[in-house]
Amino acid sequence: MTDLTELYQQVILDHNRNPRNFKRLDSANRKAEGNNPLCGDRIHLYVQLDGDTIGDIGFQMPQGSGCAISKASASLMTEAVKGKPVGEAETMFQAFRDMLAGGTNAPGKLAAFSGVRAFPSRIKCANLGWHALHAALQNSGDPVTTESARDF
Amino acid sequence: MLDTAKIRADFPILERQENGRRLVYLDNAATSQKPRKVIDALVHYYHFHNANVHRGAYALAVEATDAYEAARTAVARFVNAWAREGVVFTRGTTESINLVAGSWGRANVGRGDTVVVTAMDHHSNIVPWQILCQEKGATLRMVEITKDGRIDLIDYARALETKPKLVAFPYVSNSLGTVNPAAQLSKLAHAAGAVTVVDGAQSSPHLRVDVQALDCDFYALSGHKMLAPMGSGALIARPALLEEMPPYHGGGEMIERVWDDRSSWNRIPHKFEGGTPNVEAAVGLAAAISYLETLGMENVAAHEQQLAQTAIERLSEIEGVNVYGPRDHRAGVVPFTYGDVHPHDLATILDRDGVCIRAGHHCTQPLMRRLGVAATARASFYIYNDVDDIDALVTAVRKAGELFGVPA
Repeated sequence: MTDLTELYQQVILDHNRNPRNFKRLDSANRKAEGNNPLCGDRIHLYVQLDGDTIGDIGFQMPQGSGCAISKASASLMTEAVKGKPVGEAETMFQAFRDMLAGGTNAPGKLAAFSGVRAFPSRIKCANLGWHALHAALQNSGDPVTTESARDF
Repeated sequence: MLDTAKIRADFPILERQENGRRLVYLDNAATSQKPRKVIDALVHYYHFHNANVHRGAYALAVEATDAYEAARTAVARFVNAWAREGVVFTRGTTESINLVAGSWGRANVGRGDTVVVTAMDHHSNIVPWQILCQEKGATLRMVEITKDGRIDLIDYARALETKPKLVAFPYVSNSLGTVNPAAQLSKLAHAAGAVTVVDGAQSSPHLRVDVQALDCDFYALSGHKMLAPMGSGALIARPALLEEMPPYHGGGEMIERVWDDRSSWNRIPHKFEGGTPNVEAAVGLAAAISYLETLGMENVAAHEQQLAQTAIERLSEIEGVNVYGPRDHRAGVVPFTYGDVHPHDLATILDRDGVCIRAGHHCTQPLMRRLGVAATARASFYIYNDVDDIDALVTAVRKAGELFGVPA
């Protein structure tokens, strides 16, 4: 049995309580909305692209619409990709997704979410912010939902 | 209180261990577990009586038809239907309501008409009416709720001033547990000239229901929330209304004669039962009704209300817990939030202790917006739950508080 503390690691509880880059970004030139209709989680993601680099990034979750896993995951994601080239961010997304699908741990702090693997109903929560990022970088204006993205 | 030790022994799934603990199943508003009597009825039907109904010329087919029609009689008795011909078998509440919208609604609602629903309705009693109104150019009017989670009778009266064609409301709210004054609501709607549709998904399993006393026109129920198989359910209607209504699904069984270019329809209720029906679901529903009738619906209701009251008291002792819904006139549904712990996280943490609750919007997004929450946690009780289950719930909620550092 996987212990709850493996899911709710300290770094996750910390980022849930004090999410980083938790702001609307007026300078954003890319935006995306993510939606998990099953549990009502919603995220607004703002990206300021400077050429090929993620110059700044921010996210918001409407009042009460982010569980600890989705909020902490989005928060850690913003830290991980800020200042990184788009290609590198997409590689991280792939590594993160692979980890949740049962693969090896993603690099750095993102490995904190390895415990989510043992909680299949929560994988969509962890992926939500990343899918929004992917949509923002693709510059597709459509909101992404955990139900429409086939590989969630 | 019911003899839960005896009842629990009738439910094989409750023997299951969850992470080394007994299964504490508190998601009964979503679906109920099934007693051996119901499971055995399904097996017995397939072992001994299976054939297609209403068309066989042999003994086996007659037996299957008898079992199916006996189930109709059982449902009619259970809710005191106007007549057994007024019981149409469906896949459940959702299909029952869609049947009314697709048949009565399409025939009687037109441009400029109004259909009334309430802000505490389940999506299944909202979306079919939205689809109908959009198709017909009619207006959907949603009645507001009061702060303590009841239908706002002042706004209800205002909505009735529009002389709606149809008024739909839930007998019991799946998100709040509110037991609505269905007979009063129906009387007011009739006085305004409307027909009434009662969503009985959450009342049929838990209360003594008498549709004639409610004096509604349509009453929808699901079997799977009342011990019966998934895919079992019924629409209970005034026979005179069913007679006037056009068919819902075309196909075999629902016709009288078929010419090259047109058909005439079978008698009610068969007019609305096109295609081979889910006979084993009906048989299972009859077995479930028999089980509930043995317990007595008054005893069922009293048991659940006692559990809900105890759960509300015990949860309210925890600093930061907020319980939604009215203080009285409520069924065994207890929705709550806990500090800033998201209900989804609560449900995961409770699951580790074998406690199954629902977290989310409970298919009532308009209601959630009015409550100002994205989601709630919901514990809902049934005949096999007892105070030990409440202890497990409260202990697990406290554990979540410690993990998330909710100030005690």
